[in-house]
Amino acid sequence: MTSSTPHAAAGASDAEAAEGRVYTVSGEDWDEIVAAANEAGDFESGERIVVNMGPQHPSTHGVLRLVLTLEGETVVEVRPAIGYLHTGIEKNMEYRTWTQGVTFCTRADYLMPIFNETAYCLAVERLLGIEDRIPERARIIRVLMLELNRITSHLGGIAPMGLELGATTIYTQGARLRERGLDLLELITGLRMNHAFIRPGGVAQDLPLGGLEALRAFLDTTPKLVHDLRTLIDANPVFIGRNSGIAYLDLPSCMALGVTGPMLRATGLPWDLRKSQPYCGYETYDFDVPVAHTCDAYGRYLVRMGEVDQSLRIIRQCVDRLASRGPADSVMIRDAKIGWPAQLSLGPDGLGPSSEHIAHIMGQSMEALIHHFKLITEGFRVPAGQAYAAIESPRGELGAHVVSDGGTRPYRVHLRDPSFTHLQSVAAMCEGGFVADLIPAIASIDPVMGGVDR
Amino acid sequence: MSGPEETPKAGPEDTGGSGTPQRPKPPAADVAAAEADGDLPARLGRARLDAPVVRRGMFGVQGTPDTSGYGLLSVYEARPIESTRPYGSYFDEVADALGSALEATGIGFSDAIERVVADRGELTFYVPRERLPEVAAKLRDDPALRFELCSGVSGVHYPEDTGRELHAVYHMLSITHNRRVRLEVSAPAADPHVPSLVGVYPTCNWHERETWDFFGIIFDGHPALTRIEMPDDWKGHPQRKDYPLGGIPVEYRGAKIPPPEDRRHYS
Amino acid sequence: MGIEEKLPSGVLLTSVEKIAGWARARSVWPATFGLACCAIELFQTGGPKHDLARFGMERASATPRQADLMIVAGRVSQKMAPVLRQIYDQMSDPKWVISMGVCASSGGMFNNYAIVQGVDHIVPVDIYLPGCPPRPEMLMDSILKLHDKIMNMKLGIDRDRQITELEEARLGIQPLHIASPEGSQL
Repeated sequence: MTSSTPHAAAGASDAEAAEGRVYTVSGEDWDEIVAAANEAGDFESGERIVVNMGPQHPSTHGVLRLVLTLEGETVVEVRPAIGYLHTGIEKNMEYRTWTQGVTFCTRADYLMPIFNETAYCLAVERLLGIEDRIPERARIIRVLMLELNRITSHLGGIAPMGLELGATTIYTQGARLRERGLDLLELITGLRMNHAFIRPGGVAQDLPLGGLEALRAFLDTTPKLVHDLRTLIDANPVFIGRNSGIAYLDLPSCMALGVTGPMLRATGLPWDLRKSQPYCGYETYDFDVPVAHTCDAYGRYLVRMGEVDQSLRIIRQCVDRLASRGPADSVMIRDAKIGWPAQLSLGPDGLGPSSEHIAHIMGQSMEALIHHFKLITEGFRVPAGQAYAAIESPRGELGAHVVSDGGTRPYRVHLRDPSFTHLQSVAAMCEGGFVADLIPAIASIDPVMGGVDR
Repeated sequence: MSGPEETPKAGPEDTGGSGTPQRPKPPAADVAAAEADGDLPARLGRARLDAPVVRRGMFGVQGTPDTSGYGLLSVYEARPIESTRPYGSYFDEVADALGSALEATGIGFSDAIERVVADRGELTFYVPRERLPEVAAKLRDDPALRFELCSGVSGVHYPEDTGRELHAVYHMLSITHNRRVRLEVSAPAADPHVPSLVGVYPTCNWHERETWDFFGIIFDGHPALTRIEMPDDWKGHPQRKDYPLGGIPVEYRGAKIPPPEDRRHYS
Repeated sequence: MGIEEKLPSGVLLTSVEKIAGWARARSVWPATFGLACCAIELFQTGGPKHDLARFGMERASATPRQADLMIVAGRVSQKMAPVLRQIYDQMSDPKWVISMGVCASSGGMFNNYAIVQGVDHIVPVDIYLPGCPPRPEMLMDSILKLHDKIMNMKLGIDRDRQITELEEARLGIQPLHIASPEGSQL
């Protein structure tokens, strides 16, 4: 078959019959052909194709649009375009009270809703000046929920990664594991996601009856399942072949691009805000910070699975502490002007204020009724100022910059989302590589477009 | 605007008598000392009551039979605080190191830093916009400072702060010294230009685009300042205070609920 | 189109409808338009615990050309709306739409400048599924209701009649809110 283009002509034996340069392709020599063509200057006009990996794509972890300039299979330029999920969460929060803001910010990065809530609540508590008055039981439950959410978030990133690489078993097994975590989240908060559980001043409600037993059952069975999943993936030659050496981003690049989280720890730097700038009592827990040294997608995967193990360790410590404390502790700050008055109980008509609480506000204490009323309708007032609270989320440093003008509503809330910052590094990681490497690269960033676009 | 506007708020419960209200002396501007007192919310509350009133009237939606908010509402202006030395914790070290780094290149500390606030465990430098790249470069490069990581830009719009409406807030993290600092820059809405920090901290690229998209702050020197979240042909800057939330009334059977921006509010 | 479009209304057409409906309902391929939080619940529904594969739906076709069902899972922003319409147009008939979650059905809690208040402003919706996000069981219930709808969908001349009847029924729905005096908001 002859060809009149300078591209490789398969099986062209008749050099005179073809116009232009003829390349003989016999297999496994694509590099030589491209090198020869470049040398010959055949690509000087630029045989480049612009391809749109549009917002609707099974492998781009959500509505991410990538505009690629390709030269053959090599990516010459990649431009991520975002904004397809922009919801105006930050502006919406300016029209709600401080506590209602939790229900909005929780939907920003929807794989780690507890982290969004915690960052926001820590910033609000710093503005209120009540950071050291949060009850200990509330702090332990916060750590428990954060680590549980970390496990479900990492699995929620690794399972689609398997699907995108074509390994459907990783997806089904990851989804199965994640279900167990979601069952626990549902038992404790009432919802599988977007919980609105962490509130300024504490948490919404205490663990239900049977919660500690369910947690212990989870802790007994999950390590083996995680181990099974790792047996499937870790030494898999196809997985290693696709992820090892891909999406290289070393430490100076991470610093320049503002990259934190597993991507930074995969370069070898053990930077974890839970250890260096602890919050919610993390300094009292015993855990390690897993680190890899390969700076590539495979290293990031190892860091994430290591964090799952460490999270299980922390949850075990939380369960022991909660069991030893007894249920009489409160989970919301004992300040009637701030603490959300939610003493809920399950009645014949569903979940609602417990009869004791209703009796208290209706019959026993006028102040309690007034506080309840004012807190629900107006909300508490936060003194003017600004605060930035950063926590170590599964994706990196999640920060909440909260500005108050002294009123009952946030003046400005900005969520510094790690996925937003990390997506900038796609170009640095992928240009010069192959198109097929784009998928594991983005999967190794693990972006969640809700957080990117907010 | 309906509602009594002339009569000033004169709650008998906090004056202890008729006539001029007796208010305690305003607390010192140094909030760090007040914090040591343990009485921070009360002190800040008193400081707020001493600020000038910017808005009066009945709160809630006007022109409706809504009778809530029957009492009098006074909204107080949030006064900018300024801290005096010593700032406490590592803030003095950072301020000193920044001062000496700036002086080494011939820039005076008070030229480069308008105001320092150490509030609630956080240090903020208010920087005039022309000085921003230099200050940021010093923060990044000086060995005593080494703020390697910039967490990004956050915009805030203060429409009452005439001449300085648009603020850009940068949060820096030093991994070497385990410290945080905040830089705040302001620009008037009539001339919303701020120098770009992409040359110093490349991570600010998308953050500055987002701040341009939502607030209209133009970052001079940015390689490609285009809209990032909103569609490319969107008009207006949505997160400014004068941009409406844009909701529509919600229909139920038998009622129509107004969107959040039109509902009653208490502040 | 096919022979079923040319058959006159009668026993033969009804039998063809039954068979075609039965076949179509058994292998609906979703073009998952997973946008936001609901996409995560959709992804969990495809997992082993709540198994979408039992309906023949685990083969989610990324390409809309081979998809039958578009599950709009999540909030549709103004920037995404034209993309949604384009994907819907690229799907070939017969196609159905489930708007999963309150954000897709009505804008949900985001009543603002950035979110389209209900995906039925852009595409015709067959099943509205509320929830924030809806549980996988709720999603499966909506899929089963859609299967009912598909199985009872008529073809050819019967379909034209059915469409006319549905239109007339919709035009006869009374307005939702009672007339209230100007300016009053309940």
